[in-house]
Amino acid sequence: MQKFILILLGLGLNFISAEAQNKQHIASADVKKLDGSSFNTSQLSNDGKPMLVDFWATWCGPCKAELNAIAEEYAEWQKETGVKLVAVSIDDARNMEKVGPYVNGKNWEYEVLLDPNGDFKRAMNVNNVPHIFLVNGKGEIVWQQNSSAPGDEDKIFELVKKVAKGEEIK
Amino acid sequence: MNKIQLKAALLYVSCFFYLSSIGQPNLGEIHGNFQTDVQYYNKDTLIGAPIVPEKVLMNGFANLNFTRENFSCGVRYESYLNALQGFDTRYKGNGFGFRYATYTKDNLTVTAGNFYDQFGSGLIFRSYEERTLGVDNAMDGLRLKYRPISGLYLKGFIAKQRFFFGQGEGIVRGADAEINVNELSEQLANAKLKVQVGGSFVSKYQQDKDIVYKLPENVASGGGRLKVAYGKFSFSGEYVQKINDPSTMNNFIYKEGSAVLLGLAYSQKGLGINLGAKRIDNMSFRSDRGAIGNNLMINYLPALTKQQSYNLAASIYPYASQPNGEMAYQAEVIYTLKKDSWLGGKYGTTVNVNYSEVHDIDKQIPNDSTSLLEPHTMGYKSEFLKVGETVFFKDFNVEITRKLSKKWKTVFFYANQVYNIEVVQGHPGEPTIYSNLAAADITYKINSTNAIRIEVEGLFTKQDIGSWAAALLEYTVAPHWSVAVLDQYNYGNPESEKQIHYYTGNITYTQNANRFSIAYGRQRAGLLCVGGVCRIVPASNGLTLSVSSSF
Repeated sequence: MQKFILILLGLGLNFISAEAQNKQHIASADVKKLDGSSFNTSQLSNDGKPMLVDFWATWCGPCKAELNAIAEEYAEWQKETGVKLVAVSIDDARNMEKVGPYVNGKNWEYEVLLDPNGDFKRAMNVNNVPHIFLVNGKGEIVWQQNSSAPGDEDKIFELVKKVAKGEEIK
Repeated sequence: MNKIQLKAALLYVSCFFYLSSIGQPNLGEIHGNFQTDVQYYNKDTLIGAPIVPEKVLMNGFANLNFTRENFSCGVRYESYLNALQGFDTRYKGNGFGFRYATYTKDNLTVTAGNFYDQFGSGLIFRSYEERTLGVDNAMDGLRLKYRPISGLYLKGFIAKQRFFFGQGEGIVRGADAEINVNELSEQLANAKLKVQVGGSFVSKYQQDKDIVYKLPENVASGGGRLKVAYGKFSFSGEYVQKINDPSTMNNFIYKEGSAVLLGLAYSQKGLGINLGAKRIDNMSFRSDRGAIGNNLMINYLPALTKQQSYNLAASIYPYASQPNGEMAYQAEVIYTLKKDSWLGGKYGTTVNVNYSEVHDIDKQIPNDSTSLLEPHTMGYKSEFLKVGETVFFKDFNVEITRKLSKKWKTVFFYANQVYNIEVVQGHPGEPTIYSNLAAADITYKINSTNAIRIEVEGLFTKQDIGSWAAALLEYTVAPHWSVAVLDQYNYGNPESEKQIHYYTGNITYTQNANRFSIAYGRQRAGLLCVGGVCRIVPASNGLTLSVSSSF
């Protein structure tokens, strides 16, 4: 019986590899905005322009470093490509109330969502933070990365520019 | 894995094939993720690492999620062959730890199978997973979510809780309603005042098998919450109460429980202020009255203290909420000094100050003939606003983040802490620890892809096992490579043969959403906290391989 299940799972994985050519979209999950209002992530869009969805937490050093590095250049990025960054905090009830003051204290201009029980995180198959997704104008996820290092922001901007021009990302 | 579980899992797996075969050409989407951690254990008597007869242990999981229009379903296959050291050994073998099917139509969402959810801030109900800590109290049952009108959100469920590869004995039932006043009409949508109110009810059922005492078979709890925002100010508050619930965790007392969590925030560009207060009174809430550790928890009691991110600060004296009673306060200010000012420097400087203090609650004997916390009595009386005499934890810390130039970035961190190890880690008779901690985190960006990061830390104390020093050196080549060496050195240990180096080397390769990591070294015994939940990890020595992927 167990063997049978494993065979089925194996088949499933084969199926996925075939399926993977189909583009992934933003999953639907209920999250909160900073003012406490409810929001369903299937409504996330940037009117045909590129969008970045970045999962982070106030206790995660590399996450904050990445978002701070992007924040310095964000105005230029937006001017050049119209990109929008959605920063999804996975802080739970312990730190959730601190997210708003932190975001304002750091002068971030991002759209911020709260995912305190990880519903959106799970729906997007995020293992650990930071995890960033790049979404094209059609709402397809064209690139993602789990982890962050200094200098990643340059690469991300290169990709955003490509997507803004409608080019494919391999 | 038992037969029923197998059959159920089979049903869910087959849903992938069934659903993906109908309705061509819209095949829907299949995505998922997996991670596996394998450790080879060396013998290391110096740090008291237990001998591992298997030599190699492994934890792994794979999630597969299928979505097509309004329908989604998925499974998680888990593997513990055998579970890594530090995980409960009852996580054993292979099995489907999670499977679900969800359908949404006309603002109604129905989930059959496993689910995670949370009411309000979780004081009364939170089903969640913290994989690295071995916490998974996934519900298994039926859940409905319904939005009858704009601005009104209703939820209800009946389920049992996950207990390793089985289920806990108790049945948990819950209902929650939340009104977002500003979503009720178009006029209210633009109001400057934002208001959300909510109420929850949760109860559990467990048969009373005690032959001497009468234990409540149904334990009800309820609560209300409010969030108000006006301009730069916001307030949030939640109060919950639970009827008598004698359990192993509260020494079988019949007292009612309660919890309150308050937050007040002010923020504008460049400045954020956050104040918090919390009182917990006898609020361990589990679906089995005999459960201990991280098992079968129905609610979540957040710690109102800074969640540390530096190595020694996060791993040596981390604080965890005390469910039987605590009063906590916290204040945090974050301020960004302006760019191009004398203090702010060319790139601006951020100062983050945090203070928190946690005490016991007031506990008095319930009457003259009963001692404090005597089982099968009311246990204690407590005045709501009176603070208990015992200090559990204090933490004053400052973090300064400053970018010096395009190449140099620095973070300086200082903390002064008081830590009641007797209560927090359950070490009877050990003295309270007073410590100072300093950390410097310096990043030097060599060019657009290469960077070096150095983290130096010192934790200075005369109590417990004395002072520590730690150093981390990390070299990254964006976006793929990271090589790091870390050493924690307990140089202040009063027993000179225990002045041990805990060194680890680590190489990580990232390719998009795939990560491969190899680490070799010693793991220090102690508490490991992730997401505010902590577990004890034993000392170990060996080679760890981790592979993680999302697709």
